[in-house]
Amino acid sequence: MSATPLLELRGIDKSFGPVQVLRDVAFAAHAGEVTALVGDNGAGKSTLVKCISGIHPTDAGEFLFDGSPVAIHSPRDAAALGIEVVYQDLALCDNLDIVQNMFLGREKRSGIVLDEPTMEQMAAETLAGLSVRTVKSLRQHVSSLSGGQRQTVAIAKAVLWNSRLVILDEPTAALGVAQTAQVLELVRRLADNGLAVVLISHNMNDVFAVSDRVAALYLGQMVAQVKTTDITHAQVVELITAGRSGGLGLTAEPGQGGNGTGNGGQPAGSTAGGDR
Amino acid sequence: MTTTAVQEQGPAAVTPPPTVAGHARNYWSRVRGGDIGGLPAVLGLVVLCTVFSIARPSFLTAGNFANLLTQGAATTLIAMGLIFVLLLGEIDLSAGFASGVCAAVLANVVTVLGYPWYVAVLAAVVTGVVIGTLLGLLVAKIGIPSFVVTLAGFLAFQGIALMLMEEGKNIAVRDDVLVAISNRNLPPLLGWLLALVAVAGYGAAQLLRHRNRAARGLVTDPIAVVLARIGGLALILGVAVFILNLERSRNVLITSLKGVPIVVPVIAVLLVLWTFVLQRTRYGRHVYAVGGNREAARRAGIDVDRIRISVFVICSSMAAIGGIVAASRANSVDPNTGGSSVLLYAVGAAVIGGTSLFGGKGRVLDAVLGGAVIAVIDNGMGLMGYSSGVKYALTGVVLLLAATVDAFSRRRSAATGTR
Repeated sequence: MSATPLLELRGIDKSFGPVQVLRDVAFAAHAGEVTALVGDNGAGKSTLVKCISGIHPTDAGEFLFDGSPVAIHSPRDAAALGIEVVYQDLALCDNLDIVQNMFLGREKRSGIVLDEPTMEQMAAETLAGLSVRTVKSLRQHVSSLSGGQRQTVAIAKAVLWNSRLVILDEPTAALGVAQTAQVLELVRRLADNGLAVVLISHNMNDVFAVSDRVAALYLGQMVAQVKTTDITHAQVVELITAGRSGGLGLTAEPGQGGNGTGNGGQPAGSTAGGDR
Repeated sequence: MTTTAVQEQGPAAVTPPPTVAGHARNYWSRVRGGDIGGLPAVLGLVVLCTVFSIARPSFLTAGNFANLLTQGAATTLIAMGLIFVLLLGEIDLSAGFASGVCAAVLANVVTVLGYPWYVAVLAAVVTGVVIGTLLGLLVAKIGIPSFVVTLAGFLAFQGIALMLMEEGKNIAVRDDVLVAISNRNLPPLLGWLLALVAVAGYGAAQLLRHRNRAARGLVTDPIAVVLARIGGLALILGVAVFILNLERSRNVLITSLKGVPIVVPVIAVLLVLWTFVLQRTRYGRHVYAVGGNREAARRAGIDVDRIRISVFVICSSMAAIGGIVAASRANSVDPNTGGSSVLLYAVGAAVIGGTSLFGGKGRVLDAVLGGAVIAVIDNGMGLMGYSSGVKYALTGVVLLLAATVDAFSRRRSAATGTR
């Protein structure tokens, strides 16, 4: 779509002690598109997200936001840029209602008193903007919501703050069929509203249902980032499990031939200088 | 239940315009969903009062009503502070003896050192703040479970109270102002005036809120319900002030005894203050959030440690005020002030009133409702001539009942919540 990606990462390295989790990772998220971030357990998806959201500092690499370099040192920096993360475990308080959850930590006040009417109005507008019609009342406690409704609230909470990039960590993992469809529809709508959306998912159906691009991580390396229309279901699975598929993935690297299977820790050893 | 039908105007308009019947249905569905609030306490209060007034007509006299209020005052005040701690799912077992230590400080400052009453009150409250800060730091920063920290406090404060009273001498409190808190009454006219101010203030707040929300097109409670609430408060306060303003002296020629006990407006002011803090300020919202899901609160940028420390400070400060009221009522402080059943009654009051021991659920009003239930049991059983043993046993049973109701309502809301 747009020429410059909203967020672009180049050459990201990240180690925890002796373990290098991300190696020379490049990643781009475009406004108005859903970018699916796939990869097996331990491939580095969560670490990458935590680097983007400022929870972990990176060891090397550059962040470009809107084409200009930025530094993200803390979640506050990320929030200031308009980056919001919806975590897998949702981070909602069961004993608070929808409005209270959406504004948690950023309550509107008039004087020292909470400005409930304004917050309720803003929450209603945000939900209406996302065409959410599944919640009965904004004043019902989150404990009374279904899994899909909770996910909706968590996403709406992320959207409330004029955010520009929303990262969703496995939003459909715990949901039933109908609720998954609801949430995916919402994810699509976020992108259609002009936001850049990063969707982390294990579920190929979800990936192919909503994403415009697929980015595949394999053992800490970004092995491919391609348009969803240019790739098949089977190819994505191969990228996740083996790091390569046909012309895509690690085989593109010289001196890497045929090491895609069976030797998990090794394939990147010859690429970017190994451990630093 | 309101309708689940989908409408086009968005979520703000999904609920149909308010009706009284709809409001009642909503309330009932909340109750069935496990959100019962103070309902059991109110029902319990009605049942207990009915039983006691039938069994002992003297229960239902103006004199006994005034007695009840002053009897339950210290417990209620300590329970108010405890509710903040309970909201986080923590416990403060030391609140009883913390109130004892603060009362001992009060007595020492006013009687032994001879300072004026306000210096003594300030010293007692500051002592409470220091105790609370210490407990809070140990729980939040060091990471010792609150049960253990406050159990240690329970023992240590008992010792400190003894030391402050030179191994057990009791210290008289004779300052007029301090004694008046629990033992004197407001002039009848002032009682009426305060009740009027309370009703007018509540009414104005409710009506303004209603108008403000209606003007912005938000869902409002039906105006009839709002008016009924205001009327209800006016009725309760009116009847209470009327009864308390009756002459309750046995012999009017010797002394006249009428009016609202001074401790009642003290409790009322603190009730309003803490309710405001919990329901209407950012701080209060954060207390609920930390109690509901600490991790979510942390991710939302809330300073969880600060909230955890602050609730212990509030709890111990309220314990100090409870201690002052207890000292006033007894006209003295002894090593047992704040001891024996005080803490257990206070925790019991909070739980009976509807505050959850699991954290995240409770209101300051719960302390008043639960405190009233406990005071009624204590007072009623006493009138019926039962021994302390029976009183304790029955209070224990009631507390257990309340905790059972809490556990069931929790299970109920978990079941309906994940539907």
